[in-house]
Amino acid sequence: MRDLSIFIVGAAGEGIQTIGDVVARCFLRHGYPAFVVNEFESRIRGGNSSMRIRIGDDPCNSPTETADVLLAVNQSALEHYQTTLREGGLLISSDENRAGVHVPFAEIAVEHAGAKLYRNAVAAGALCASVGLPSSVLEAVLAEAFTEKGDEIVRANVEAARAGFETARSRLGDEAPSEIPSRTRSYAFANAHETIPIAAAAAGCRFIAAYPMSPSTSIITAFAANPQLGVFAEQAEDEIAAINMCLGASAAGARAMTATSGGGFALMTEAVSLAGMIETPIVILIAQRPGPATGLPTRTAQEDLLFALHAGHGEFPRAILAPSDPQDAIDLTARAFDLADRYQIPVILLTDQYLADGRFSLESLTLPDPLPKPDPAAEVPDAYARYRLTEDGISPRLFLGQDDRLVVLDSDEHTEAGHITEDLVETRPAMVEKRLEKGRRLRLEMSGPASDGADDAELVLIGWGSTKGAIDEAVARLRSEGLSVGSLHFAEVWPLPDLDVREDARYWAIEGNATGQFAQILQTETGLPIEGRIGRYDGLPITADRIVEALS
Amino acid sequence: MSDPKLFQSEIENQWCPGCPNYGILTALRRALGALDLEPQNVCLVSGIGQAAKLPHYVRANVFNGLHGRAIPAAVGIAVANPTLSTIVTSGDGDLYGEGGNHFLHALRRNPDITVIVHNNQLYALTKGQASPTTPRGERTRLQFDGVEVDPAHMLATAVVHGCTFVARGFAGDIDDLASLIERAVSHRGLSILEVIQPCITWGRHSVEEVRELLEPAGEAHDTTDRAAAIDLALRAPARLVTGVLYELPARPTFAQSWRDRVGDGPLHACPPIDRAILEAEIDRLRVGAP
Repeated sequence: MRDLSIFIVGAAGEGIQTIGDVVARCFLRHGYPAFVVNEFESRIRGGNSSMRIRIGDDPCNSPTETADVLLAVNQSALEHYQTTLREGGLLISSDENRAGVHVPFAEIAVEHAGAKLYRNAVAAGALCASVGLPSSVLEAVLAEAFTEKGDEIVRANVEAARAGFETARSRLGDEAPSEIPSRTRSYAFANAHETIPIAAAAAGCRFIAAYPMSPSTSIITAFAANPQLGVFAEQAEDEIAAINMCLGASAAGARAMTATSGGGFALMTEAVSLAGMIETPIVILIAQRPGPATGLPTRTAQEDLLFALHAGHGEFPRAILAPSDPQDAIDLTARAFDLADRYQIPVILLTDQYLADGRFSLESLTLPDPLPKPDPAAEVPDAYARYRLTEDGISPRLFLGQDDRLVVLDSDEHTEAGHITEDLVETRPAMVEKRLEKGRRLRLEMSGPASDGADDAELVLIGWGSTKGAIDEAVARLRSEGLSVGSLHFAEVWPLPDLDVREDARYWAIEGNATGQFAQILQTETGLPIEGRIGRYDGLPITADRIVEALS
Repeated sequence: MSDPKLFQSEIENQWCPGCPNYGILTALRRALGALDLEPQNVCLVSGIGQAAKLPHYVRANVFNGLHGRAIPAAVGIAVANPTLSTIVTSGDGDLYGEGGNHFLHALRRNPDITVIVHNNQLYALTKGQASPTTPRGERTRLQFDGVEVDPAHMLATAVVHGCTFVARGFAGDIDDLASLIERAVSHRGLSILEVIQPCITWGRHSVEEVRELLEPAGEAHDTTDRAAAIDLALRAPARLVTGVLYELPARPTFAQSWRDRVGDGPLHACPPIDRAILEAEIDRLRVGAP
């Protein structure tokens, strides 16, 4: 089948998320990978929001600007989103004055299922008929989705869906699409915030404290909802408490993480510095959304990179990792816990609303190998000093109360034993160097970017984190137009390893912000010259359409 | 009973000579000995301030964190390793001011920790500004015309929120204080112990003047009587009632239901999560043709 983009638009509370999820699962059940992103207003009811589904023969985890099929469940959404329907695309709505498939969702629901409530099933049925999915697949998915609510509810949904399906098919007449052949394929269908908690548990995380903040809340919720992951989850009174609880737990031997968004991370920054000073591992997930201040709470952005890099007073090392999809999120979560542990530093995972909510289809998902359980007790001398000066700056780490060797952690500048000092001649400079040496060693093991033909392309697109799908698609499309294009995509964004900079290449940076934050870091750290930038800062994810348009 | 000398630290003390904090230090070491604890079983947690330096002067595990944030750190420690006796020791500015929100929510959580609040009614390390407990009208080195807001009643707040051990001691009465600390640490659940500790450098009242304000709760006080406890707590700052103000049998402590499932040991000693469980979580995400 050809690449297909379906936008389902309506108001918050109208259930478009349910329609979108059901239709995406229909395609998956039929053997085709689905990619779903949502964009919605920060409200419980009303407004305009959309679910955007993309289908193809192979996974195509990259959003589009326009729809081949637009399903509008109300008039306001229809007017708001009508320009997103591509020329020649198909509109499904209850507006009889418009071209397209006219389906009076509510009336059909009342007539066939007895209540207006079932209008979403009618809409799902109409959508399936309009794209060539058989009604039987939809009925099976609905039965599965509503089985817990009882036979009566299932039956009503199926009746409504069938009626919607038949109505759309008769309206389409000869133009009804031929049925898409079914395939016996399956896919891992997940967003990054579903895979990160599993990966964290696999990496030995045992403690999370967090304060609810969109779009990060799904992380702590997953731990609370799945006690089998073995992670203690506490909703803290504020982000300051959250991160300080984590540092206490970590110091006492529990791998710990917290999750927040930019505003909450702002409250955490003093404790980021504390983690640097007391050399206590912690993983901090920042699910980015547009700022400043409250900004656009339910939208996406890549605006907090420089903030993550500079947060916290004083000088201390840190690592920043930015996954691009749910598998990358698994790998980088394990990497984050590993780096935090081995270097005894804060490690920041940068996701965003797009990664948090957008569901990708992947051929498979693979868990990371278990991290080695640190057993410093074996190699630590009896005369224990928590901050013993070593060549690589890394002191053998014992947990508070681990055995009879006492552990003293201090946010003041401290001696090797961990006690307050104002010895400015020897101890202070030695401790500063000790901490920074860890950062120098860390840099040597950071991974460089993934290259797609960047060695010889004339134009090299540079991206980081969640923009990978869009950039990969843009590169493929530009190549098909005959251009010499490649890409460098960074997942490990700080510290940056050495890079080979080509003098004959033109580098363009693609980012979800207005000021080119990663481009700034890259230019400062590696001298790589950025010729042009494409930024998006309207709260929506970067698309291949945008990139191709900007470069054409 | 272990030897209090076990808890003697070699670290040079930075407090002013004659500071009543020394009385708290002596009483704490004595109480830890009386409880038959070993230094390795004790974790002292503090924020920032003169009082918050106390952990350095005790041989024990120490987490000397950020200003105002001792309680959340202690909560994390207590969850990760419930075999430790976790004791917060910091000043009134730290615990009632900067960390006031955490104090309030600790009362709701009821973690199995002890919180010792050194109350000198001012900020000492920053040289004499008002703290949340400074009496209205008191002139300070920042509130030049006198403090124009009312003091916080944090012990009454603790009683109101059902804290099952609320007490006040005096740094000048080491014997009584040691026995209060002993009771506070052995109490299961959150114990709040405020210790009156006049500042001999910036305070406007001598130790002996402050002693005049003390009023023992007395044998007749029923420590299970919430209204009476609140009444005694609200007499501050004019009258500082000492002794146990409120004590109830332990109620469920923070993370107890989770601990009932995973056991009581330190988390670092727990076996890793069964890989099959995690594989099943990943498999749940697979969707496709049946």
